[in-house]
Amino acid sequence: MLSAALMLVISAPASFPALAQTALPPAPYANRQLDDPAQEKKARDLMHSIRCLTCQSQSVADSEASMAGDLRSEIRERIAKGEEPEHIRSWLIERYGDWISYEPTAEPIMWPLWGVPLLLLGVGGLLVAGRMKRRGAATDGKKGKQI
Amino acid sequence: MIAELGLAALWMSAALAALQLVLAGGGLWSGKKAVAEKGALLSGVRPVAVAQGALVTLSFLCLLLLFLRSDMSVALVALNSHSAKPLLYKFAGTWGNHEGSMLLWVMVMGLAGAAVALFERALRHDTHVATLGAQAAISLGFYAFLLFSSNPFARLNPAAPDGQGLNPLLQDPGLAFHPPTLYIGYVGLSVAFSFAVGALLTRNVDAVFARAMRPWVLAAWVMLTIGIVAGSYWAYYELGWGGWWFWDPVENASLMPWLAATALLHSVTVLATRDALRAWTIMLAVIAFSMSMVGTFLVRSGILTSVHAFAVDPQRGSFILALLLIYIGGALALFGARVGTVREGSQFEPMSRESLLVINNLLLTVILGVVLIGTLYPLMTEAFGHQVSVGPPYFDRITGPLALIMMLAMVAGPLTRWRKDKVGVVAGRLLWPLLIMIATGAVLFVLGGERMSILSFLGLMVAGGVALGSIAPLFKRNLRRTPLFVWGMVVAHLGCAVSLAGMAADSAFTSEKLIAMAPGEKVETAGWKLHFDKVGPIAGDNWSAMQADMTVRRGGSVDIIHPQSRFFSNPPTTTSEAALLTRWNGQLYVVLGEQLDDGRWQMRIWWKPFVTLIWYGGLMIALGGVLTLIGRERRGWALKLRKSHAQEEWA
Repeated sequence: MLSAALMLVISAPASFPALAQTALPPAPYANRQLDDPAQEKKARDLMHSIRCLTCQSQSVADSEASMAGDLRSEIRERIAKGEEPEHIRSWLIERYGDWISYEPTAEPIMWPLWGVPLLLLGVGGLLVAGRMKRRGAATDGKKGKQI
Repeated sequence: MIAELGLAALWMSAALAALQLVLAGGGLWSGKKAVAEKGALLSGVRPVAVAQGALVTLSFLCLLLLFLRSDMSVALVALNSHSAKPLLYKFAGTWGNHEGSMLLWVMVMGLAGAAVALFERALRHDTHVATLGAQAAISLGFYAFLLFSSNPFARLNPAAPDGQGLNPLLQDPGLAFHPPTLYIGYVGLSVAFSFAVGALLTRNVDAVFARAMRPWVLAAWVMLTIGIVAGSYWAYYELGWGGWWFWDPVENASLMPWLAATALLHSVTVLATRDALRAWTIMLAVIAFSMSMVGTFLVRSGILTSVHAFAVDPQRGSFILALLLIYIGGALALFGARVGTVREGSQFEPMSRESLLVINNLLLTVILGVVLIGTLYPLMTEAFGHQVSVGPPYFDRITGPLALIMMLAMVAGPLTRWRKDKVGVVAGRLLWPLLIMIATGAVLFVLGGERMSILSFLGLMVAGGVALGSIAPLFKRNLRRTPLFVWGMVVAHLGCAVSLAGMAADSAFTSEKLIAMAPGEKVETAGWKLHFDKVGPIAGDNWSAMQADMTVRRGGSVDIIHPQSRFFSNPPTTTSEAALLTRWNGQLYVVLGEQLDDGRWQMRIWWKPFVTLIWYGGLMIALGGVLTLIGRERRGWALKLRKSHAQEEWA
């Protein structure tokens, strides 16, 4: 039932978010926190890394769209049942594709994303090292000049 | 008539840009004989640059007038304005669309060129001419873009009965002035780019050149900083979810030039003081404006869809892409051809201020690279048929630690001497900041460090140390005799600590309450007592709203706040206007959501301790830039004034 509702929202034209917002009755936990603060924190952390598919560059935690509300509710309900956040994430990815998760997956296509900062630091570090006088060389040079 | 006048002025300024390029290029090309007459060549190019700036400004003013008069026979006005709009937003509507913002872009570029022609005095004449030529070359491309694919003055026949209105999200005083500020910064960097090209063409990269370039970079950087701070605050209060940075591609597009400009600002100081890092400084000047252009391409082409991408048009996208390739490619090719003739200067002692500035440059550049790759990565994987999202978890995790390390280098830098310093002595100067940092960490840990994320914990800890460390350069100094540019540096660095503290405090201590309330009910959260008095309709200029009255109490103070949910009819949109109550130690942030079926109203209530420090810190950084600019240039201005006085008296 809920998934049918979700599909309906997603298939609704993205250019009419105002319509999408009022099309469906709000999900029970879309704007209601869980009573247990620890569980609520878990849910929030997860929501912040799940993309709102009908919005533009927003997570489901920061969106008015009904699709985001439905997902917030879904996430809170699942957390309340004791499900682990990463398990919910993989369920969402399975359903909507990698695009829904802001958290990069471990797939090979994402490896360069982590490699690039290391590469930049490495290459940059070498260049910087080239700019520095070596301790021994520096003193030698000075002695040479003094003589 | 106004539209035609504007278009004619635009064509004429494009023609003048071409003339400026030909004059400068031809003059420099004719070579040795002209060397003696370089002053004459400059005085030939100068009026052309000034006239070009004046004409493009006239063209922009024409468009502004068309918007103010709601002339619906102009397509752009009909598409983006509405006669019932408040005056401020008719005004701001001029640049709240693709064509208008590109016209703003070329106007800033033309004015920057005119300013370089009029006010630059320190630069060698041939480099000056080459710089103006380069500026004209860049302008020309953007004039062509406007005239051939985004004419802002196109007429609509028959005229529309009324306009379609401006995106209500953009209808906010903050956003009315955020784009011009940002654009002055973005496009101001074109001056640095032209300086770099001019210096390469005339083989003139030295300390004198660096001192000439520095104020232009500084001024652009100040505007860029203010623009980013304003944009972040706008996102914070207008989007209604309390977030202040989303790593949205458009935000990244403004952050990347800022990172490059910050690095450039520091490397140009090394070049000015030690006559080293020549090739690197030139490279950074090229990168900084390239990032502005890349950002514009990403935003304008609509290739990354986001709130700001209001021009979804592949033809324009490919036009900007072509410009991008020509300018960046051309500059890099020139760099490659001439870099062999540029000496990088002597090597540095590992323990010296210049070494720490190099580390600052390294880290800023790596962060820039990470932001660039992260922003473009989804595009690249999409080319392989795999859609992914790169967002806050990635950016926070990589740039956070790098930024913290950079903060530590930022404390050490000003406390280390140029050329060579002793490790032991520097360590001694760093003792107190380090102790404060450790003490902050200990206090936080005792107060419940395990509840906050590691990044916020480290952020608060480092902010404590950096706050003291950044004012340490003033210790044991006669404060009255301390040069203004030292004050500027201290204020800017302290601003970094303040901003960092705000970011970390916001993510560590924010408390959130989501609740459905009926009028008459109350709620308590984070030490605040909120009473929902009533809710009722209210009408504005071109919107209607539901507005709640809430009495909020904390300690002895009582305030009434009014969160609103606004409905705009042209185009139909709902926005939430958060009610913000600012205290010295944070902000109460209340949003009125939808009405539920049972008649209660959805409320979102946040208490965000010290969140305002984020933007105060940002403004301090910009203020530091202004102080440094005045401090560095005041003597030059005074000398010039005295000189002209002397000439007058002599005459």
